[in-house]
Amino acid sequence: MADVAIRQNSAAAPRNVRKRASLRTALKRKSTAAFLMTLPLIILIALLVLYPAFYSLHLATLNKSMQRFVGFGNFEFLFKRDTFWLVVKQSCIFAISAVIFKALIGFIVAHFVHNVPAKGQRKWRGMLLVPWVIPPAMSTLAWLWLFDPSYSAFNYTLSFFGIGPIPWTGDASWARFSVILVNIWYGAPFFMIMYLASLKSVPEQLYEAAAIDGANWWQRIWYVTLPMMRNIIAITTLFSLIVTFANFDIVRILTAGGPLDHTHIFATWAFRVGIEGSDIPLGASVSLFMVPILAVAAIFILRDVNKRGNEA
Amino acid sequence: MLMADVTLRKVFKRYDDVEAVRGIDLDIADHEFVVLVGPSGCGKSTTLRMIAGLEDITGGDIMIGGDVVNDVPPKDRDIAMVFQNYALYPHMTVAENMSFGLRLKHFPKAEINSRVTEAARMLDIVELVDRKPKQLSGGQRQRVAMGRAIVRNPKVFLFDEPLSNLDAKLRVQMRIEIKKVHQKVRTTTVYVTHDQVEAMTLADRVVVMNHGRIEQIGTPNELYHKPATRFVAGFIGSPAMNFMPCRLEDVAGKLHIRLTDRIAFPLPPIRAARYQSVARNEKLLLGLRPEHITEAKAHPEPGVETFDTVLDVTEPMGMETLIYFTLEGAQVCGRVNPNAGARDGGPLRLAVDLNNMHLLNEVTGVVI
Amino acid sequence: MTSTVVIDKAAPTRAIKYGSMSRDRTWALRWSYFFLTLFAIFSLVPPLYMVITSLKSSAEISAATNPWWIHHPTLENYIGLLTSNQFLTFFRNSAFVSIFVVTITMLISVPAAFALARMRFWGSATLATGVFLTYLIPDTLLFLPLFKMFALFGDFTGIQLINRWYVLLFIYPTLTVPFCTWIMIGYFASIPKELDEAAIIDGASWFQTLTRIFIPVAMPGIIAATIFAFTVSWAQFLYPLVFTTSTDQLVLPVGIVTTLIKGDVFNWGQIMTGALLGAAPPLIIYAFLMDYYIAGLTAGATKG
Repeated sequence: MADVAIRQNSAAAPRNVRKRASLRTALKRKSTAAFLMTLPLIILIALLVLYPAFYSLHLATLNKSMQRFVGFGNFEFLFKRDTFWLVVKQSCIFAISAVIFKALIGFIVAHFVHNVPAKGQRKWRGMLLVPWVIPPAMSTLAWLWLFDPSYSAFNYTLSFFGIGPIPWTGDASWARFSVILVNIWYGAPFFMIMYLASLKSVPEQLYEAAAIDGANWWQRIWYVTLPMMRNIIAITTLFSLIVTFANFDIVRILTAGGPLDHTHIFATWAFRVGIEGSDIPLGASVSLFMVPILAVAAIFILRDVNKRGNEA
Repeated sequence: MLMADVTLRKVFKRYDDVEAVRGIDLDIADHEFVVLVGPSGCGKSTTLRMIAGLEDITGGDIMIGGDVVNDVPPKDRDIAMVFQNYALYPHMTVAENMSFGLRLKHFPKAEINSRVTEAARMLDIVELVDRKPKQLSGGQRQRVAMGRAIVRNPKVFLFDEPLSNLDAKLRVQMRIEIKKVHQKVRTTTVYVTHDQVEAMTLADRVVVMNHGRIEQIGTPNELYHKPATRFVAGFIGSPAMNFMPCRLEDVAGKLHIRLTDRIAFPLPPIRAARYQSVARNEKLLLGLRPEHITEAKAHPEPGVETFDTVLDVTEPMGMETLIYFTLEGAQVCGRVNPNAGARDGGPLRLAVDLNNMHLLNEVTGVVI
Repeated sequence: MTSTVVIDKAAPTRAIKYGSMSRDRTWALRWSYFFLTLFAIFSLVPPLYMVITSLKSSAEISAATNPWWIHHPTLENYIGLLTSNQFLTFFRNSAFVSIFVVTITMLISVPAAFALARMRFWGSATLATGVFLTYLIPDTLLFLPLFKMFALFGDFTGIQLINRWYVLLFIYPTLTVPFCTWIMIGYFASIPKELDEAAIIDGASWFQTLTRIFIPVAMPGIIAATIFAFTVSWAQFLYPLVFTTSTDQLVLPVGIVTTLIKGDVFNWGQIMTGALLGAAPPLIIYAFLMDYYIAGLTAGATKG
């Protein structure tokens, strides 16, 4: 064997202590470096996301000129206003119906794209994703022009079928429909892409086994596709609910909340009240009403993400 | 020439409440090729990673070239490592992969080029130097990983189960490559594997580990013919050694070993002498390798005893036939000549070569 | 369509046609193409209409002829906008803001993602989930308090940030950094640990490991995150609407919406041209880097 000069063969105890100490400093070095690397992120989130979120709670308790503390005064004021309840109702209807249709259309279109041979899928995907790529403010302008009361291209085409000019943004019900339509147009491609990716991950063999077991196309979707896609469906739906609920651009540009506040949602009304009305505390109160609903959705998402993590 | 021996003294490793390595003492000489072998979870990889510096040492010392390296970071230990999954940098060419360590240390370009070329030539990958890892096969990637280690010219090579990801045929090929490289480069090597065939074929000395401890250290021959514990005896060699419950008896003044009510064999003189002091009628295990259980021959040699049995299953392997039969509830494996008349379920007269027997204490697992 | 003969000792021989499977397939394909075309038309009509309108003169637009057809194509809208200082200012502001924000975002996200993905330190798991959750706090909740905060900051320090385009450099990262960090954590985490260890043994420091190994290997993720950050910055509407009011400080989306709509006179030709030019950068990136674009999307459920 080898002749090895063993140094420090005595004093085992001090050597152990030295080792443990240097171990700790080594760990600390790594920790400090890691902490420093995440520090900008932490500062950004703490200062510009978390703090404003809590600050809005404080703001909501002030009066219009922000001199006095009025406690729940702003909230009481809102509860008495019809417009407020209109906004609540509209926000919920808007978010839920838009998301349902986006998910449905996204799901259906994803299936069609999936059916097409792989080589052609790319160009279809490319075309169908365009609504999502265009900045929503820009595309909403295009819709505004398409819905124009005097020059609407849609009305022009419909007139050939004898269908009278539709007041896309002039009439309350039509305005709501238009807003939801544009939101669906903008958001469905996202669902399509997510579902398409998920569809591809379902093993072909499951479908073959189901076909052999005698399932028709509808049953295959119900018993094979949907269960395999449960997680992604849940996550995208919940995310979209949150985002659609908090949408601003489309309503602002298309209808600015009109006619007569019948398309206002939380974000646009908060803007009207807070910025245009120069009443920041009241606007903050309006915005805050989104929080409970967002929180509930967030809890569901967290639960699902954790469940997925545990299953994986 | 710098001494590149490796010494482990009472090395311990604890993760939270799990003790992965419990007191390893090991001396590896300069230029030696030592293989750490054992089942999954025995602590061999952990030990290797402690030598590399990828894991902290909970207790004990590790010395490389005479220097204690416990707190020395990996890059200052002058070691190189070949990983099971190759760990090649996917965005670099083969040449860049191999020269990465040297480039970090700002070696002169000419030196880097000459080292890379030499290593590539040694490993027969010269025409691959400009390719990226994803264009290479598994065996080629493993060569590049070895080239990366060779180029550094370290004191110690560390191999962490490098052949586990290759198919059987490639494994045999690469084993030979590794041995050839060691013959040329002669660097001290610590090699970890769970495959005892690799251990036996590559090592100067083998360290068999189990549950965080060393079971036995020895040359392949020593481990094969003189295992110290039941674990080593059963781990080394394939098919594994047979263990049959038995007792020692004195019959007519000679020491016999009794396997069943019907079967008892007299011990050969050397064995009889060695086992003289063992308590009779104590429960023991007879360890016998399959190649020492053969068909009965016309002229049995001294120390070879015969008995009859009925076979359960036979496995014709071409150059021999493996036979399986049951003795007192234990399955026993033997190797017979392909034309010895072995049939599934058929009777056969077998011979056991007691000159090569091992007697084990059933409780402690120690070979007597 | 193939047929085969089944040899069954009991039954008389007969031919079985396998035709129905592939006929089903063809019909499914035909329906697929049909509906896909419908949806493609639905998706592309608005942008197409933008193009059509942008090539029309105001005279033709107000003449209310067939809106889907260009009788006298003209580039006057394009020329008008591209030579308008105002429009060019919008474009320049948007470009500066987007490029700076992308840089800032990557400088914050990449090291943070590396630390969270690789270096296990106390609280790293909670921080990672926390980053994810902040993404759920919408801008429509934060815009009012942020406005007030920056107004107060201006009052206290005398540094006027409201109505300056560079105030957006502080605010946009709140939208881009969480998600980009999330994307990068995913990409970094997928790099096998042995690569780190090989680099350590080769003698690399943490920094060298990050710059010479991780970033090159995770480059697709970095590109996807960059594209995401750019697109989000470019398309932002609410924050700039709130924080910038003077014409020379506006970014493109706000500029087009507010200035081209002067009172009751809508110059739709110019508006559509402006909208098209405003949509151009993301569309161009999308055309050339579609796969990275989509990769950024599917790296985590996001706005939609």
